[in-house]
Amino acid sequence: MYRSHVLVCGGTGCTSSNSQQIIEALEKEIGEQGLSEEIKVVRTGCFGLCALGPIMIVYPEGCFYSRVKVEDIPEIVSEHLLKGRIVTRLLYDETVEQDSIKSLNETAFYKKQVRVALRNCGVINPEEIDEYIAMDGYQALAKCLTEYTPEQVIQIVTDSGLRGRGGGGFPTGRKWSLCAPVKAPQKYVVCNADEGDPGAFMDRSVLEGDPHCIVEAMAIAGYAIGATKGFVYVRAEYPIAVKRLQIAIDEAREYGLLGKNIFNSGFDFDMEIRLGAGAFVCGEETALMTSIEGNRGEPRPRPPYPAVKGLFQSPTVENNVETFANIPQIILRGADWFASMGTEKSKGTKVFALGGKIKHTGLVEIPMGTTLREIVEEIGGGIPGGKKFKAAQTGGPSGGCIPASLIDTKIDYDNLIAMGCMMGSGGLIVMDEDTCMVDIAKFFLEFTVDESCGKCTPCRVGTKRLLEKLDKITKGNGTLEDIDELEELCEYIKANSLCGLGQTAPNPVLSTLRFFRDEYIAHVVDKKCPAGVCKSLLHYEVIPEKCKGCTACARVCPTGAISGVVKQPHSIDVNACIKCGACIEKCRFGAIVKK
Amino acid sequence: MKTLEELQAIRDKARAKMTVRDADKDGVRVMVGMATCGIAAGARPVLNAFVDEVNKRHLEHVTVTQTGCIGMCQYEPIVEVLVPGQEKVTYAKMTPEKVARVVVDHLVNGNVVTEYTVGSLMK
Repeated sequence: MYRSHVLVCGGTGCTSSNSQQIIEALEKEIGEQGLSEEIKVVRTGCFGLCALGPIMIVYPEGCFYSRVKVEDIPEIVSEHLLKGRIVTRLLYDETVEQDSIKSLNETAFYKKQVRVALRNCGVINPEEIDEYIAMDGYQALAKCLTEYTPEQVIQIVTDSGLRGRGGGGFPTGRKWSLCAPVKAPQKYVVCNADEGDPGAFMDRSVLEGDPHCIVEAMAIAGYAIGATKGFVYVRAEYPIAVKRLQIAIDEAREYGLLGKNIFNSGFDFDMEIRLGAGAFVCGEETALMTSIEGNRGEPRPRPPYPAVKGLFQSPTVENNVETFANIPQIILRGADWFASMGTEKSKGTKVFALGGKIKHTGLVEIPMGTTLREIVEEIGGGIPGGKKFKAAQTGGPSGGCIPASLIDTKIDYDNLIAMGCMMGSGGLIVMDEDTCMVDIAKFFLEFTVDESCGKCTPCRVGTKRLLEKLDKITKGNGTLEDIDELEELCEYIKANSLCGLGQTAPNPVLSTLRFFRDEYIAHVVDKKCPAGVCKSLLHYEVIPEKCKGCTACARVCPTGAISGVVKQPHSIDVNACIKCGACIEKCRFGAIVKK
Repeated sequence: MKTLEELQAIRDKARAKMTVRDADKDGVRVMVGMATCGIAAGARPVLNAFVDEVNKRHLEHVTVTQTGCIGMCQYEPIVEVLVPGQEKVTYAKMTPEKVARVVVDHLVNGNVVTEYTVGSLMK
């Protein structure tokens, strides 16, 4: 029996900030102090507060150590683990309140969160099936197989109001009920873990932190629709997720939770992992299935819908990782419990990956209907450096922006659509006053141009033309007609593309045009970038009154564009200047500005 | 595994091993003095004995943890028992053998083992 458990985050975020070395150092130090029998080190999934990683929690005290370094380990072991003296300097500062230590759940970051899909992330060891079972794992599968008919399972999911968390928001229960009655010798359940939106990583975190819940949910889906085989399509860039999911599948097989005659019910189910090479279009359901079949990942026209003719021409239900992660809890706690959270048409919770100009970058799970203000200012801790909030971008390259004026909007599927945004997979990028909205639109268009599979012309050629126009505007060569043509082309691409990628690709442009048209106009009429981002539209100047003539800027300038005499105001030759910004960083007097 | 009972057996066993991770529970706290003086006097075997006994008896409401030196070094190993709503009880000169009785009498049955307390030792 261990008297203390030390949980260290082994998610991708903390692993990249050396949590693996920390675990090794911890085990070594614990061994040297002779505490191996008393203290257990557990590698968990993501805690969500990635900005403060690597993260470590010590139980029974529940101490939350942040930004732990390998050098801190001897102190933690000899002071805390051996003598019980908490190393306060490493505690997450929000948990320290005068003399007492607050519980993590009382901090601003966690207080408003409701963890359903992420409930086990950072709590259990994802590579131990027993820890998942301890958290009621596989009880939902057992309940379905022994108490419910497939129709009852579908009814519960339908009643819960769960909608697809991959972005589209299609009701999950309806998806299942469309597939269930189709007669076929073989049906499939597919889990879409091809998370492609830049900035979104909730699916990765679920697979890394709680892989068994996906195994369990897929088996439940298989039982509900009459499928005996499942595939998880996950990108090869997620090596930790792939490894843990494979361990989970193997463990489940060993326990007889996958395989033949599960719980003596006569129901068979097994699953495999398929690795994707990271093409964005493979997150589109028909392209994903084509890729699993071994063909080039290109979408196919619908109908026929996957529920009738999907993977290998057989009826298929495909759901996103986060959608599946909700299923076991819905079965165990009931449809009413789930439907009690959220808004009228968007039930339950949603995981968001907070990124961009925000203090607490990381993963948060909140009830639908939470306002953007709560997410940004309370949970996210606000914008660093006292900058002003300008907009939040959701839905990645398929989504749009929510401007500061709409910060009190309740976030759910329908409100986002009404704003010309979309939920997407849940990436939420916060932008401050230093962000140029035309530049953001250009960034996402560069992404879609790269990722367009090329099968249909509106997407292949249209997005390229859109990007060229945006480039022209950011270079200061645009006209007002360009803006009109931009809009027209957007509508055309939306209406005529074959799959979701093309149909949503113009959204970043349309949304920024809708809320930040004045910025576009400033670029084409005044030839100015109000945020000071578009390099072609700004130049650097020395303010003579502030310049002391220290020559620091002239020495750092890579092109020798700054000239002047010592102790005399300097000046910048705008023709030689490459606008690298090195002089601004070097100047101690704030005498150089970009205009 | 073929039955629900088997699954539940695994769950109960695994859950017992994880109760230590429930930091928010409002239960009994057993705090063993683990400063240098405590460790020198043999606090670690006492701490481990508490962990083992508490687990053996499935006392899920009890948290066993360490604390620092409270200043009465000559009475170490010192153990403080905090039951919500009751006065703190301080046991002194504890040994692994004494632990079993404190767990049974005090933690299970609610009777303070008066002869082990610091008050009776100081008389």
